[in-house]
Amino acid sequence: MPHDHHDDDHPHSLLPPEPALRVKALETLLIEKGLVDPAALDEIIETYSHKIGPRNGARVVARAWSDPAFKKALLEDATKVVAELGFFGRQGEHVVAVENTNAVHNMIVCTLCSCYPWPLLGIPPGWYKSDAYRARAVREPRKVLAEFGVHLSDETAVRVWDSTAEIRYLVIPERPDGTDDLDEGALLELVTRDSMIGTGLAKTP
Amino acid sequence: MSRVHDMGGRFGDGAVVPEAEDAPLFEEEWHARALAITLACGALGHWNIDISRHAREKLAPRDYAKFTYYEKWTAALADLLVETDLLSTDEFLAGAAKGKSPMAGRVWKAEAVAEGLARGAPADRQSDIPAQFKSGDPVQTRAAGNLLVDGGHTRLPGYAAKAKGYVVRLHGTHVLPDSAAHRLGDAAQPLYAVAFRASELWHAPEDPDDEVVLDLWQSYLMPL
Repeated sequence: MPHDHHDDDHPHSLLPPEPALRVKALETLLIEKGLVDPAALDEIIETYSHKIGPRNGARVVARAWSDPAFKKALLEDATKVVAELGFFGRQGEHVVAVENTNAVHNMIVCTLCSCYPWPLLGIPPGWYKSDAYRARAVREPRKVLAEFGVHLSDETAVRVWDSTAEIRYLVIPERPDGTDDLDEGALLELVTRDSMIGTGLAKTP
Repeated sequence: MSRVHDMGGRFGDGAVVPEAEDAPLFEEEWHARALAITLACGALGHWNIDISRHAREKLAPRDYAKFTYYEKWTAALADLLVETDLLSTDEFLAGAAKGKSPMAGRVWKAEAVAEGLARGAPADRQSDIPAQFKSGDPVQTRAAGNLLVDGGHTRLPGYAAKAKGYVVRLHGTHVLPDSAAHRLGDAAQPLYAVAFRASELWHAPEDPDDEVVLDLWQSYLMPL
């Protein structure tokens, strides 16, 4: 589609319309101008591709399942507890942990943009940023959960947290049955990204 | 008064399409580049997170609706770079830079990335405004909209405006986005998690006892 409006309020319309070319044009200008360091761009991408991801959050959950004192401290002041594990930083400066139980199922959304606990879960998946999830998670969470294969009983209340401020939420999923003998390392493997957003359950062994 | 990004509760978007846990983090290579240039430019310190959110929200509604996620980021970044004189429209039109930026000495170097990401940008600030509410207090939200700038940035979604709820917790005092997005200062004030029954928010709730919790600043709230 040709780009059909140029206006002073939106200079972006002066860049090439095709997305990949547009990003390339902007990156090239920024490098020529000395405003970004290409090696820093690579480092940012490398960090979120390989160093910061849902494995971090899974470590927190597995520890919470294994250590009641840790879980208590996490529920009281998650920012402090996850910072001590090294999971503080951009888009995770203020963290609150919420616990899923038989009585209440928590799930997280950001209806206004895409707020997500980056130091714990990394970059959000596409569906988390989609219009469908943002629009529907608050109005019909049970239908949305069903689309993820999660069917809750009527006895379980749903609590949806819309991340409208700089507080980032981490769901502590229910510990699956039959895991009493598992150590923290084995439990870690049961914790999925979606279970920490609240759109999934932890895996069963 | 609303903007196109304020879509909570909207009808018509269809099913959510889950992705495998091991699906590629970036669907396209340019998505990664868009993320990286956005973070790197943000590190120059010419805008805060509220300004960058507002830049995305004030894209023309037809662009916001048409653009994919990282196209929104790229468009908003381009607009911010011009707005803050880091790049010019002439440079956009020419597709070439006119000399180095005076800011070039402050570029975010690769060796500083890990430390910068780990430092983050906390939003809590000292404030003289005492907390008006405590956990359990009933409250009502006011009409949505920015009280300082007509049509400006706010974090009170339309679906939760003029609704009755109760305070779940106090988060401390945080930067007020309605102010910071317009370079009017941090204006920190108490921030609360406030719960609303589904039946208070929706005409036909799935279960009236389900709840939605939002983080709301004190000036969004009235006592009940």
